[in-house]
Parts: sequence; C-alpha cells; structure tokens
Amino acid sequence: MSAWRQQEPAYTDLSLPLKLLTYLILVAGAVIMVLPFVWMASTACKPPPELATLPIRWIPENPMCLQNLAELYETSPNFSRYMLNSAILTIGRTVGQLITCSLAAYGFARYPFPGRNVVFALCIGLLMVPFQAIIIPEYLLLRQLDWLNSFRALIIPGIFSAFAMFLLRQAFLQIPLELEESAMIDGANPLQILRHITLPLSGPALAAFAVITIQAAWNDFLFPLVVANSPDTRVVTIGISLLQGERSTPWNLLMMGSFLATVPMLLLFVVLQRYFIEGVAMSGVKG
Amino acid sequence: MLTSFLNWFGRTPLTRRRALWGMALVAPNVLGLLFFFGIPVLMAFATSLQQWNAIKPPVFVGLENFMRLATDPAFWQALFNTLKLMAMVTWAEIVLALIVAVLLNQRLRGRAILRTVYFLPVVTSTVAAAIVWAWIFQPRYGLIGNLLAPFGLGDVGWLTSRDLVLHPIAAVTVWQRLGFDMVLFLAGLQTIPRVLYEAAIIDGANRWQRFRHVTLPLLSPTTFLVVVLSVINGFQIFDQVYIMTARTTRGGVGGSATTLAYFLYQSGFIRSEFGYASAIALVLFLITLGVTVLQLRLQRRWVYYEAGEQR
Repeated sequence: MSAWRQQEPAYTDLSLPLKLLTYLILVAGAVIMVLPFVWMASTACKPPPELATLPIRWIPENPMCLQNLAELYETSPNFSRYMLNSAILTIGRTVGQLITCSLAAYGFARYPFPGRNVVFALCIGLLMVPFQAIIIPEYLLLRQLDWLNSFRALIIPGIFSAFAMFLLRQAFLQIPLELEESAMIDGANPLQILRHITLPLSGPALAAFAVITIQAAWNDFLFPLVVANSPDTRVVTIGISLLQGERSTPWNLLMMGSFLATVPMLLLFVVLQRYFIEGVAMSGVKG
Repeated sequence: MLTSFLNWFGRTPLTRRRALWGMALVAPNVLGLLFFFGIPVLMAFATSLQQWNAIKPPVFVGLENFMRLATDPAFWQALFNTLKLMAMVTWAEIVLALIVAVLLNQRLRGRAILRTVYFLPVVTSTVAAAIVWAWIFQPRYGLIGNLLAPFGLGDVGWLTSRDLVLHPIAAVTVWQRLGFDMVLFLAGLQTIPRVLYEAAIIDGANRWQRFRHVTLPLLSPTTFLVVVLSVINGFQIFDQVYIMTARTTRGGVGGSATTLAYFLYQSGFIRSEFGYASAIALVLFLITLGVTVLQLRLQRRWVYYEAGEQR
C-alpha cells in the first residue's frame, strides 16, 4: 500500500552506463510531463502579440501576468464566484462524505444486523455502474425535485458514496477491537466510540480518503455541467471552458484560467502527496 | 411470532441493541445511495424503453430506441471512435507507466522528485489539461506545430482534421493516466519478494531475464488491474472531447471525435432525447459490466498468484 515510502528496491546496483541511461530516460520523460505546465504558465503571462511568434518564446519578452489576470476578470467577471462555487462544492461533498460514509463504514464494520451482507453487497454493486450510465435519470430525478441549478444538486447526491464507505470500512477493520470494547464497557455509545477512538486512529486512511474526494470534487465537470450550469452555481471547470471563443481563442486568458483552477490541487498534492498516493493505491484495490 | 422475529433479529438484548445501532449507522449512506444512485439505475432501464423529449410527455415504445441505435451510423461511429481511442491510449499508457515504474524502482538519487513529477498530471483537472493540450496542438503557434515545422508539418490542424483529431485526445489522456498507472505498478513491484531476484542472480539470470521471468509474471495481477481500469476509463472519455471540440467542431469534423460518452451527452442534453440517450447509457453500462465479468473470468486463468495469497 505504501508505494510512496518504498523500501529499498530489490535490484542490484546499476553499472554506470546503465545508470546514466536510466537517468536519461527518466529525466526526458519527466521533462515531457512538466512541459505542458510550463507552457501553460508561460502563455498565461504573454501579451496577445507574443502568442503568435516564431519561434515560440518560453519566457515572454514583455510579461504581463497581472494585466492578463485583470483581463480574465473583465472577460469573465464571475470567475471568483466560479472558484468559490468549486470550493463550496468540494468542501460540502468532502465533509458530507466524511459523515455519512464513516458512520456507514463503522456500522458495517462493527455492528452486525440481519441482512448486513446483502445490503453491503448491494452498495458495492453500485460501484460497477459507471456514473455516465445514470447521468440522464440523475438529471431527471434532480429536475423532478426542482433542485437544478442549486447547490443542493451539486452537493447532496455527492455526499453518498459506496467507494468511500468501502475504503473507510477497510481502515476501521484494522483497528484493534479491544480499544472499542473497553470504551463500551465504560459506557460510551457507538457514536462516541467512533468519534473518540475509531476516527482518531484512522488518520492516514481518512487523509487518503479526503484528498481523493477533494480532488475528484474540484475537478468534476460533467455532472455540474448538466445539473448546475447557471451563473450563480457554475463551477470553475465550466468557467474556464466558457473562455473558449467560437472563432478566436484568447489562449493567454485560457491559460491563466486553467492555471488558477490547477494551482490549488497542485499545492494540495505537493503538501499531502503521501496520502494522494495511498489513496490511488487503495482505489486500485477496489478493482 | 414476536419471539421468533426477535430471535432472528438478535438472540440477546445486547445483540438486538447492536443490530439497531448497525442499521441506524448505515442508514444515511445506504438510503442516500439507494435514492440518488439506485433509483436512477432503475429509471435508466425504464427510460430506455420510452420516447421522451423536452416537449412531449414520455411514451412507452418498447425496444424502439435500441432498434434505432443498431441502425444509427452516428452510434456505430461513436463506438468505433471509442474503441480506436482506447486502442491508442491503453497500450501506450501501460507500457510507458511500466517502464517508468521499473526504472524508478531502483536505487537512484532524485527518485522521489521524479515520482512526484510523473504524478502531477493526475491531480490536474482533465478540463484544464485538455485546454492546455488543445493549445499545444494548435497549428503553427502551438508547441507541436513548432516542433514539426521543420518537417513541413507545422500547419497541420490536429483538432480540425477528421483523421487526426483522436491523437490530441489520446495524448492528453495518456499524459494524465501515466502517473496513476505508475503508482499502481510501483505498489505491485513492492510486493515481489527480494529473495526471488537473489535466487535468479545465483542462477545466472541477467537483468532482462530477471525482468522477463520474475518481474513480469509476478506483476501480472497489477498489470491486469491496470489494463481493466484503463479500459473502463477509456469507455468513459468525455471531458477531453468536450473541451477540445465542443466550441469548434462539436465532437470533431463529421463526428470524428465523438466518443460514446459524448454521443450520450449530445443525445440527452443537446437534443433532449432522454429515451434514446438512456439506451446509449445502457449500452455503456453493459460494456463496462462485460469488461468486469471478463476480468473476473480471465483473472483466474492468466494471472499468476502466489500460493495461498489472499485476494
């Protein structure tokens, strides 16, 4: 699971030529992976004439990052609103999932009730349905509830998750039963045990769950596009897509918008990368 | 009667109390899942048998939507495009990710930084990534245009060409998936016992032979998982198509970039044919289900598991 904190790999030391070749391949690949980000940042600071120079300039001659930022807001006055909406959606879904899914995970892990396995299997079965396959009825359902173009539509369906529940249950099952039992003997009810023992002891799993949920929510596109594409509830991924013109495309503004939408997740990743990786490794296990 | 119910529910007051707590704890998430995902699944089946558009109320039409699907060239084109895109993406992302993971799984300085760099695109939103790559693939002034200019290919309109439009879409997909696959491969490589390599060295196996006869077979569970995840992901490619073509050619010139998911979106939300779109959704679901079932079947035959390994 801990792909990030690797032990020493089981290989013999490389001879010098092989080592150089390895570095050559890895660094060349890494440069290709990074170039789009550099190209994005560089373009975001270019004045329009420099968008069309030959050969291309990696470093703008007359950088105008702030002017471009100002122009982005001129073109798309609601851009801050879109960023804020994305933040609301992200926080709402993450906190909501943390509550509903940790409760359910704890129930499934520790409190047997008749039919538990059937209900659990049913929930896991839902994981096999690709979200796109139910986007039409989901839309019709939310329309029926008169929730379209509201934060209710953006957030509430997203606070229920079979996947997060499954992950948290796996983590909760690892916790020694004795700790919970002794709390129970002291008269604590299940909610108190969950709050004071199980959750605090599941730190890394919770963090992994949180970063995966945050990242998916912030980057969500199709669902918000379909159910909440009004100026008040529009999220940032839709916001930047709207900067594309029918005829001419202001690439510097598009890159500025993409940059703003990307930076929060890149920062989050750099700070919490260990948990991102564990989250991915865990999500791989689901298959 | 009451006692038998109570006994079924739990034999002692304590187990009954625990059962009640269990139900209460799982209720919010389970009911929410049933309402927001379970009901739509059932609705998807019902809607696919109806003719339903924005103006007229739904009418039951039986299998008419599916008949229309079978004879709709746009559907076959979308299916074909999706398969083509998957054929371009899957092998590339897996081979590249495997190479990177195997090379990174060695004693190297700067390993951590390199790993981070390869993973960065995974956390980027597909929308932002697709916008950046659309700019990269712009003729003449884009990165690729510049790179290919010396070969006289600088003015190729990748995104406006019927034959080439899938390449930029495949490129951004590979770029975004590589780091994800790499992490799964790295995790898989960690599970290979060191002693096997030591034994292979004693037997005189060279580096390639060790890779071919130790790493590859023992990595097969991971490889299998990566392939399945990649295929399932491939069937759902939407954001890239939308971003790279929606404002200009709307799914590529003559539908050349329209994937199944984009076709579903067009039918459902541009043309408001909910019934027809639900039929497409059902096909998408059945394909995914088929892949999953195939996975479970083939896993036993192809994948090498160590004796006693639990899965």
